[in-house]
Amino acid sequence: MNIFNIVIAGVGGQGVLMASKVLAESALACGMDVKQNEVHGMAQRGGSVISFVRIGEQVFSPVVMPGTADILISFEPLEALRYIHYLKPGGMLVYNKVAINPSTVASGLATYPGDVEQQITKACGNARGIEALSIAKKAGNAKAVNMVMVGSVMKNLPIDPLVVEGVVKSLSRDKGIDVNLKALSGGAAAA
Amino acid sequence: MKKIISGNEAIALSFGDSGGVFASGYPGTPSTETLEEVARLGEVYCEWAPNEKVALESAIGASIAGGRTMATMKHVGVNVAADALMTLTYTGVNAGLILMVADDPGMHSSQNEQDSRNYAKFAKVPMLDPSDSQEAYDFVRAGFELSEQFDTPVMLRTTTRISHAKGCVEPQEKIAPQIGEWVKNVPKYVMLPNFGKIQHVAVEARLLKLQEFAETTPLNRVEMGDTDLGILTSGISYQHVKEAYPDASILKLGLAHPLPEKMIREFAGRVKRFMIVEEMDAIFEEQVRAMGIRVDIGKDRISYCGEVNADIIRIAAGDAAAVVSKAPVENLPQRPPTFCPGCAHRGVFSILSKLKVFVSGDIGCYTLGALPPMNAMHTTICMGASISAAHGMAKVNEISGRTEKPVAVIGDSTFFHSGITGLLSMSYNNGSALVIIMDNRTTGMTGGQENPGSGSILQGESARQVDMVALVKVLGIDNVVEINSYNLAETEAAIRKGLETPGPYVLVDKNPCILRYRVKKPVLSVNPDKCSGCSACLKAACVALGLTSTGDKPKVAIDPNICNGCGVCAQLCKFDAMSAA
Repeated sequence: MNIFNIVIAGVGGQGVLMASKVLAESALACGMDVKQNEVHGMAQRGGSVISFVRIGEQVFSPVVMPGTADILISFEPLEALRYIHYLKPGGMLVYNKVAINPSTVASGLATYPGDVEQQITKACGNARGIEALSIAKKAGNAKAVNMVMVGSVMKNLPIDPLVVEGVVKSLSRDKGIDVNLKALSGGAAAA
Repeated sequence: MKKIISGNEAIALSFGDSGGVFASGYPGTPSTETLEEVARLGEVYCEWAPNEKVALESAIGASIAGGRTMATMKHVGVNVAADALMTLTYTGVNAGLILMVADDPGMHSSQNEQDSRNYAKFAKVPMLDPSDSQEAYDFVRAGFELSEQFDTPVMLRTTTRISHAKGCVEPQEKIAPQIGEWVKNVPKYVMLPNFGKIQHVAVEARLLKLQEFAETTPLNRVEMGDTDLGILTSGISYQHVKEAYPDASILKLGLAHPLPEKMIREFAGRVKRFMIVEEMDAIFEEQVRAMGIRVDIGKDRISYCGEVNADIIRIAAGDAAAVVSKAPVENLPQRPPTFCPGCAHRGVFSILSKLKVFVSGDIGCYTLGALPPMNAMHTTICMGASISAAHGMAKVNEISGRTEKPVAVIGDSTFFHSGITGLLSMSYNNGSALVIIMDNRTTGMTGGQENPGSGSILQGESARQVDMVALVKVLGIDNVVEINSYNLAETEAAIRKGLETPGPYVLVDKNPCILRYRVKKPVLSVNPDKCSGCSACLKAACVALGLTSTGDKPKVAIDPNICNGCGVCAQLCKFDAMSAA
């Protein structure tokens, strides 16, 4: 039973759920069984968000266990560190280098770790940071960070990148199609 | 065609495909998207009710009028609807009726972790417990059939990982809705004691018939494998069991109530070690033990609290965890949910925090006012409790000679849900509290659903909008004042006046939810020459703010990607350092 486990982490409002949907729909379009799961509700409102996508011949649980993720995609460096233990040995991490202050830091109750990227590199030998925000802005919309992040791992998935592109097209609206496809290829080029 | 959809979406889709006619519910995580999806699909009439009791009662009416119907709610919503449920079980149904309830083990977004399977036992009604999106779809249709065959309401129970997890679904052939006759049947539907006595006997007989049905229905199945370990389970726990022990023998229950006694006895007899895996309460285990069947591994090894996973099951069965992962990185700053940048609640809570009053809170986004640095909410019990609890506090304060007036904070949707009756009591019983209604015209925490104050219905079309101030007045409250929470000085003056004036005093903030209504004001920036780094503005608890460590001493900066221009931080600044960018 060979299951490919993806964990997507970020901050409420960053589009983690949409990125998860793209990956899940793509897996389905490739004829694989897939389960996708995140917890929403109070996780919105700027809180930490984690989402799981599991792909394989037959997937049972929708939950990825710590220590079993093939890929961790994090939309924010601190959230990468928070969920880095989900990676299996040798697992790959791609993270957006743009930090977002948690409310605890914004209100002066905690400090954002200045060495967050060093800590990430120390904890994961296969980590890459990308400037997802500027790539998204270049594609035409700062909100396309999620598509940049999907693009950044596209060639490491058991899914044909062309299928991912097709799914992004089908899930985007009008002007969004062009922006999202640019963001996707921008992310792929950056990784 | 196969689709990948969540359990909630599957239930909505199947409701339309299975002849559903009327659906009602009240938003509550993780149930909310079910009714939203019924509306989005646009095939079946559906509506938001002001609370779960109204939703279920309306569904009862729909069933009596001959339409297949569903009421949706979260687990704690059933507490509100329980009054209807406990007698609905006596009356039974005309057309099929499903009460969909979403439990939240692990309390991802709830105030408690109650197990709704208790209600099925309590109300003596069948309960279906799907283990993935496909079963969520299939069990809606099975639920209608069961409901009509046995003249009973059927509970369809999900948990967060069923409601929100997406899996592949193959829809069944669509059944067109058929509306039955609307018949007057007094002994069946009028629960006077004389008729109730007869119906209670019928309920007990029905339960025995359902037990027989449970023995043979394909909703329950045995997957015989290795007989060293046999596991009785249901719902999401089944998936975790398969993950932990793909080759074990499993008795999987799709019908979580009533239990198939013979099937369980036979299964337990065929396996060396008999294990029960269930999240939260020991509902199965207690019943199985009462049948005199031995249970080798159960709640003695699996917690009553939180969710189950594959490793918890493996460890309970005496094996090692499948994977030993690294420990999480310690001492990272937490990232709890918080008021959105630009949220109208921020101003009110920064003032309540400053005044250090006792705040009797409620359920909604504003509950986040309890978190640091605001620390400005001191009770949160259940929907609507803010006002009634504040009333009780005020009465004891009066009796004991304390002069401090409690403050209740409640949102519009929660006020309509069950705050109105609390305020009526305060008015009627000559109470004395300051009540702040955060009327942002939406049910915010669950994602922005319509309510009687929104001016629109579930489908988005316009609707009669209740006049909040007039409603409060008609309850007998003379002092009702509208405030603008973005103006801190005015709002503080209004709060102080409300605290000083004896008797009930109600403030209504009508600023809309910025997320739901997409309010965006010009971004602010900080003049570093004026900023002293005193951090007074950080008390606003806004994620757009942060101290920068460049230069001689830390100064505040505003992230223009996040700022919504509400101006609360600018009003907290004594040095006039913030201005439009």
